[in-house]
Amino acid sequence: MRAFDYIRPVSLEEAGRRLAETSAKAIAGGTNLLDLMKLQVETPSAVCDISRLDLATIADTPDGGLFIGALVTNTQTAVHQRVRKDYPLLARAILAGATQQLRNKATTGGNLCQRTRCFYFTNADQPCNKRDPGSGCGAIGGIAKLHAVLGTSEHCIATYPGDMAVAMTALGGVVEIVGADGHARSVPVADFHCLPGDTPWRENVLEEGDIITAVTLPAPVGGLQTYRKVRERSSYAFALVSVAAIVAMDDQGKIARADLAFGGLAHKPWHDPRIGDLLVGEAPSAALFDKAADLLLETAQGYGENDFKIPLARRTLRAVLEEVTGASS
Amino acid sequence: MTRSISVNGAAHPLPNDPRVSLLDFLRDGLRLTGTKKGCDHGQCGACTVIVNGIRINSCLTLAAMHEDDEVTTIEGLGTPDAPSPLQQAFLEHDGFQCGYCTPGQICSATALLDEIASNWPSDASGDLVGTLTLSDEEIRERMSGNLCRCGAYANIVAAIRDVAEQRT
Repeated sequence: MRAFDYIRPVSLEEAGRRLAETSAKAIAGGTNLLDLMKLQVETPSAVCDISRLDLATIADTPDGGLFIGALVTNTQTAVHQRVRKDYPLLARAILAGATQQLRNKATTGGNLCQRTRCFYFTNADQPCNKRDPGSGCGAIGGIAKLHAVLGTSEHCIATYPGDMAVAMTALGGVVEIVGADGHARSVPVADFHCLPGDTPWRENVLEEGDIITAVTLPAPVGGLQTYRKVRERSSYAFALVSVAAIVAMDDQGKIARADLAFGGLAHKPWHDPRIGDLLVGEAPSAALFDKAADLLLETAQGYGENDFKIPLARRTLRAVLEEVTGASS
Repeated sequence: MTRSISVNGAAHPLPNDPRVSLLDFLRDGLRLTGTKKGCDHGQCGACTVIVNGIRINSCLTLAAMHEDDEVTTIEGLGTPDAPSPLQQAFLEHDGFQCGYCTPGQICSATALLDEIASNWPSDASGDLVGTLTLSDEEIRERMSGNLCRCGAYANIVAAIRDVAEQRT
């Protein structure tokens, strides 16, 4: 690990200032950043320890939603009584990721910012436009089993690896951010991460000095919630494909509401509101679910080793829709 | 003013170099070599310790971040003459072969028992809001952050189940 300074600001204002004026990296749980620092993928001149700032509150909001502070750990979120009762999708997504030891350290803010597990990104000897702009993308034509099939570019086919943000996208969560100038803004989780385009190093909308303070969830909308994660082993593995779904049926047996998000397919939690629009007002059927999958995968492109993700995403979406609508396969 | 950390009940000054992981501090700084370095990347669990009652990978955290925290390592759980219930159960059930992963397994399982007592669900839990029943499937899921390359898993699960059943 390269030498670095350790800074522990006493306030959010000081943290923002220190982050803006140096090439410091914010550290909270540290499980992703320190891993990458040991690999010299991350080489900050300083780490700014925000882990003791007052951002660890989880509380009901006045409109019936939930405020989850940026420093609330993944474990604290997953075991919270209201999350288990009203947002089981979120508890399920978190519990399906990593290990108990990692979830005990991982924070809400850090988890949103976690980096891809692309082998070319994490191996400093390999070409990677994300880590070393202009060096090329080793994954295109290389080892690409974990890689994206949606929203890729000629510069990068990495995936966003997390589960929590996929659930938060389906739930309509909003990321609360404070800038170095103290200005607060809100960004939907669905718009927080970026597609790689020709700037694959830019993974989310955060600017220098920005700090995530919380994620807020709207009041629960009813219906059934589910998170289905397909992976190569049954614990401690990243998603090949995951589907987060909140689906409500009306008393005519038709779909009244369908909020969906997908993991493992793209550089961000994938969210296509056209799929919900297609499903709402319709009676569940295999033909309808196939149409939904057609829409999801309209622009899908495989890169050899990950070609299987396209039919896998179709089948996983169908299975989830059968489950939450009660339709038999 | 010296910043300090509590390890197994005794206060120690924190290291000056911010690069020192909690794991390296315990092993090299305090010579508490029960805690093992396996992968050093949070994948194997050999370095698991309990900080403020919560199990974590000591390799993926900086010692400097743990001012005033209370750390428990395998040395703090029991001694050869007075082993903890889990240490005793690992002996009785032959829950190891080479023993390298064992301190991490036992620290992890020690915290696991508290998580069960707190009714925390896992990915293996059928119901998120009901009362947990501790099946072997639950133990295996909750211990997935601790690898055993000798493959003593069946006996590790038996040891944990034994202690969990004695507790209830």
